[in-house]
Amino acid sequence: MKKQTLWIVLLTAVAACSAMAAETINAAGATFPAPIYQKWFEEFHKLHSDIQINYQAIGSGGGIRQLTEGTVDFGASDMPMTNEQMSKITKFKVLHFPTVLGGVVPTYNVSGVGSLKFSGATLAGIYLGEIKKWNDGALKKDNPGVNLPNQDITVVHRSDGSGTSFVWTDYLSKVSPQWKSKVGSNTSVNWPVGLGGKGNEGVAGLVKQTPYSIGYVELIYAVQNKMEYGSVKNMAGDFVKADFTSVTDAAAGAAKNMPADFRVSITDAPGKNAYPISTFTWLLIPEKIDNAAKEKAITEFLKWMMTAGQGYAQGMSYAPLPKPVVAKEMKQISLIK
Amino acid sequence: MATVVAPAPPQSPARKLTKPWRDGDQITHLVTLIFAGSVFLVTVFLVYELWIHSGPSRAKFGFGFITGRVWDPVSQQFGALPFIYGTVLTSILALVISVPLGVGAAIFLSELAPPRLSNACTFLVELLAAVPSVIFGLLAIFTLVPLLRSYVEPFLKDTLGYLPLFQGPAYGVGYLAAGLILAVMTFPFIISISREALMAVPREQREAALALGATKWESTWQVVVPFARLGILGSIFLALARALGETMAVTMVIGNDTGIHTSLLSPGYTIAAIIANEFTEATGDVYLSSLVELGLVLFALTMVLNAAAQLLIIVTTGKGSKQN
Repeated sequence: MKKQTLWIVLLTAVAACSAMAAETINAAGATFPAPIYQKWFEEFHKLHSDIQINYQAIGSGGGIRQLTEGTVDFGASDMPMTNEQMSKITKFKVLHFPTVLGGVVPTYNVSGVGSLKFSGATLAGIYLGEIKKWNDGALKKDNPGVNLPNQDITVVHRSDGSGTSFVWTDYLSKVSPQWKSKVGSNTSVNWPVGLGGKGNEGVAGLVKQTPYSIGYVELIYAVQNKMEYGSVKNMAGDFVKADFTSVTDAAAGAAKNMPADFRVSITDAPGKNAYPISTFTWLLIPEKIDNAAKEKAITEFLKWMMTAGQGYAQGMSYAPLPKPVVAKEMKQISLIK
Repeated sequence: MATVVAPAPPQSPARKLTKPWRDGDQITHLVTLIFAGSVFLVTVFLVYELWIHSGPSRAKFGFGFITGRVWDPVSQQFGALPFIYGTVLTSILALVISVPLGVGAAIFLSELAPPRLSNACTFLVELLAAVPSVIFGLLAIFTLVPLLRSYVEPFLKDTLGYLPLFQGPAYGVGYLAAGLILAVMTFPFIISISREALMAVPREQREAALALGATKWESTWQVVVPFARLGILGSIFLALARALGETMAVTMVIGNDTGIHTSLLSPGYTIAAIIANEFTEATGDVYLSSLVELGLVLFALTMVLNAAAQLLIIVTTGKGSKQN
């Protein structure tokens, strides 16, 4: 017995020592990619037991704030930082690294119509409150042969600030000049019409409960909950239903015109199979990291994330990065000093 | 009784012993003073922090913030009026429902119910008070909201639809749903504290009233309830404070719409709900500080309503003493 106790004490001591020797890195930000980030950090820790990355899913805005104040080693965001936000960080330049992709899908509660098709202008019309009935001419034109009911549309949107709303409004701004001038795009906007639900589950719950309603949720959420969702007309003029390949295709379509700093919106991307309401989610990494051990750990992680890490994406319902984007990002890693 | 007897023994030992006791008094005085002072300091610190962090918003909008009707994070225009309106409206709606119910139930439990039933009910009520607000919110989403949408709101529109209070589409979510769930949440506070206050009324008061030939009802309504008035009012203020600050349950059922609507069936917004909804993703100084300023507004609103409540106490107490 005594021997055993001694062993336990010894082992604990060793474990404690090794834990102390480990490089602890703190990160914070977006909630949308949080599940895969946790998984990545955990798997990466298995490979490099001396590196421990802690991630707090406090929201994109919070991630940017904490990075600006220097309380975390790197941040994560569902939207690229604006020039104004970048200019506030004087100590270092921020590099954007796309990690995975997500899509946002329209979901609705109209019985007996099957999978509906929406063009961008129609969605903007509905969310502006101009298209009020399900049997409106615009909806009929997108869905020939579907028996649409003569009922009022109840619009549902997110009430909490979120990257999902940002992508949705960013897309509507691109396809509708009127939306752009009247409402614009942000994590939360001044919605002309509709009810607000908190989180994906809030929107989904309201849509499910309210007959003749329409809302939008993350693709992952719709897939995991086996929800019915509509297809959306893309730039090429085809109606595309969101899935991992069509979202990745949107990124591939946008990759040709990718700016060097990766701060790009890929909504309404070119490409025949590209799903138009898609987005990257980014890690925000300082270009200059003073602590050499941390710098090595972060670059190691980024390299692993671009290669082996991407393999975890689909299993967790995220769309992986297209090859050309990975190749470009690999070059950006060398900028970190 | 024991407490009255206790001070006697220390008098008999020598004087020496009494001195340390007096020091003990001073220490107790000091320690409790620090505790009481810390409450004051926390409040001051809270206001200071809210004031400092709402700086950019105050500078940009001034008093226009309070009367502003637009909340637009894209164009950075922020006004608090829809949220103040929603907060006050839902809180009042909640109290209108929960005060008569709660006070009535408290009277029954303290005056009329058999002790065993009273104790059992009180236990359940106190259990209800301890339920987290998210649970109430979920309950509201899954049962209250569908009920309202399918039955209650169409009924209200059919019968009272000529009033502007009951017009517009029946979404289920809205001011009415929020008011109802707040009523359910404030109900246990009112019962629990009012019951304590009613129980504390000396038996002699009741006996005297009965001896003068009052019926049970007259003795309860004219003697016991006025005697316990302060406690009952206290319970209502506590309920009001809870209703004003409630966040999760409200944001789940109020519909989160930044407009100002007369109809109780319309979706609305409260101050606590918008802070909870938008704080995590708020970027930009003015946006963030506007949310902080909303916190300041909520604080001020609570103060104003509390002051109004205190005034009400003074007025009613004055009236009461005249009657006596």
